[in-house]
Amino acid sequence: MPVYSEKVMDHFQNPRNVGEIENADGVGELGNPTCGDIMKIYIKVKDDKIEDVKFKTFGCGAAIATSSMVTELVKGKTLEEAEKISNDAVAEALDGLPPVKMHCSNLAADALHLAIEDYKARKEGKGPIGRVETPEHDEDEHDLLEQA
Amino acid sequence: MKIINFDHFAATKMRQEVKDAMEPYFISEYGNPQSIHTLGDEPREALSKARLQAAELLNASSNEVIFTGSGSESNNLAIKGTAFARMDKGRHIIVSKIEHFSVLNAVKSLAKLGFEFSEVPVDKYGTVDPQEVKNALRKDTILVTIGQASNEIGTIQDIKEIAKVVHENSAAYMHTDANTSCGFTETDVKELGVDMLSAAPHRFYGPKGVGLFYLKKGIRIMPLIDGGIQEFGRRAGTENVPAIAGAGAACELAKKEFKDRISHLLPIQKAIKDGVLNSLDEVYLNGHPEKRLPNNLNFVVKYIEGESMLMWLNNNGIMVASGSACTSKILKSSHVLNAIGVDAALAQGSLLISLGEDNTIEDAEYFVKELPAVVKKLREMSPLYEEVMKGNKK
Repeated sequence: MPVYSEKVMDHFQNPRNVGEIENADGVGELGNPTCGDIMKIYIKVKDDKIEDVKFKTFGCGAAIATSSMVTELVKGKTLEEAEKISNDAVAEALDGLPPVKMHCSNLAADALHLAIEDYKARKEGKGPIGRVETPEHDEDEHDLLEQA
Repeated sequence: MKIINFDHFAATKMRQEVKDAMEPYFISEYGNPQSIHTLGDEPREALSKARLQAAELLNASSNEVIFTGSGSESNNLAIKGTAFARMDKGRHIIVSKIEHFSVLNAVKSLAKLGFEFSEVPVDKYGTVDPQEVKNALRKDTILVTIGQASNEIGTIQDIKEIAKVVHENSAAYMHTDANTSCGFTETDVKELGVDMLSAAPHRFYGPKGVGLFYLKKGIRIMPLIDGGIQEFGRRAGTENVPAIAGAGAACELAKKEFKDRISHLLPIQKAIKDGVLNSLDEVYLNGHPEKRLPNNLNFVVKYIEGESMLMWLNNNGIMVASGSACTSKILKSSHVLNAIGVDAALAQGSLLISLGEDNTIEDAEYFVKELPAVVKKLREMSPLYEEVMKGNKK
């Protein structure tokens, strides 16, 4: 039984919308290099709609696939619609993720929301927000095994 | 597509001779080796033969070899068995910072029962300085356990010198975890001077589900599994005769083919090492440049993450491992890389290769040819690499 679903593998191997947008209207960068995941999502906004979206991700298969999926889900959507998309919805659209990946590598929707927040902040002259660090996993391995 | 196994630390393909040695004990000679009647005769014979084969590989006596269920069990037996047997003498144990989890978690479990442990540091190559072990010894130290070679970075320790220091300066027992090294470096227990040693036949083309444990005559441990008199009373439970027979056969082959195996592995290891370091920028080799196992390489590829590298290589038919947080299942990057001073962010780009007898020079060449495209693809989508490139432009 493969670890990842076919959809995850498809998005990992053929990621949609990879790259950066020059002069993006909003950028959401989220993660922590010591945890192994950083997602950066660029958006171009026109008439309150996400006209274009691109991403760059440093991370595992799940991190790349969720980044790719979230860009596909929100392209052409209104900001309001995009704000409603959750990390869980992204995972669901990929036919699920292994349990261990659900909280660490499943941050693509958060990164997108940050990009929208950044867009709004810039409009008000308060941006850009810059990279937001997620907390490290500092649990002891031994304790984690005992809980498992 | 051809499958290239560069992850032999996870699994080696069992040798046909090993399977042949196991075959009779599944159905035709299914008896219990402890039976006095005829059904026990052949299985008893098989056990005794396997014990001798294992003893010869380790240069031990037959009655110093105990079969367990795994390398991890052997480590647990050494550590907890010593702790429970000697707690009247002291409660302090010494390990290194780069031990396998079956060692580190065993001492952490003991710590919850009131034992104490010290972790001796390693240098940037992952080498334990015997002097550091000496400094960590206390009056109440009952056990020192240091792995003969790291299962991640391949660095080989001077176990002989460490054992000497331990025995000259304390009454502690000396155990070495040779689960990764046995079969690929000398594991002569008399030469090493150890009191206990763990070895894992599945690492050298034997079956899974069986471990070796050397217990020097006169060394006192408490069994972890009480019951009958199997394995000299040190490990009760009806013996897994087929697996033990297979372990014995694997030991005999390992002894007979030892030199050939190493001379087969070294050129492949070198081709990968040179190929990777020459064809990629910002890639580093971890572990000792010379004093390392012939079947292991560990690289850090900067700005990308190990699991995605592993998955792309898998796509090309190449099976590797990584010490990144994402591959660890507990979401923490390798404690071994941390101990040798590799920054946690860089450790995410860890690539762990372990070779075996089915690998060829052509496999190494194919890998060296495929890796740069994988790295390029992942770096192109890495925001960390983007930052570096922009930084360089300024």
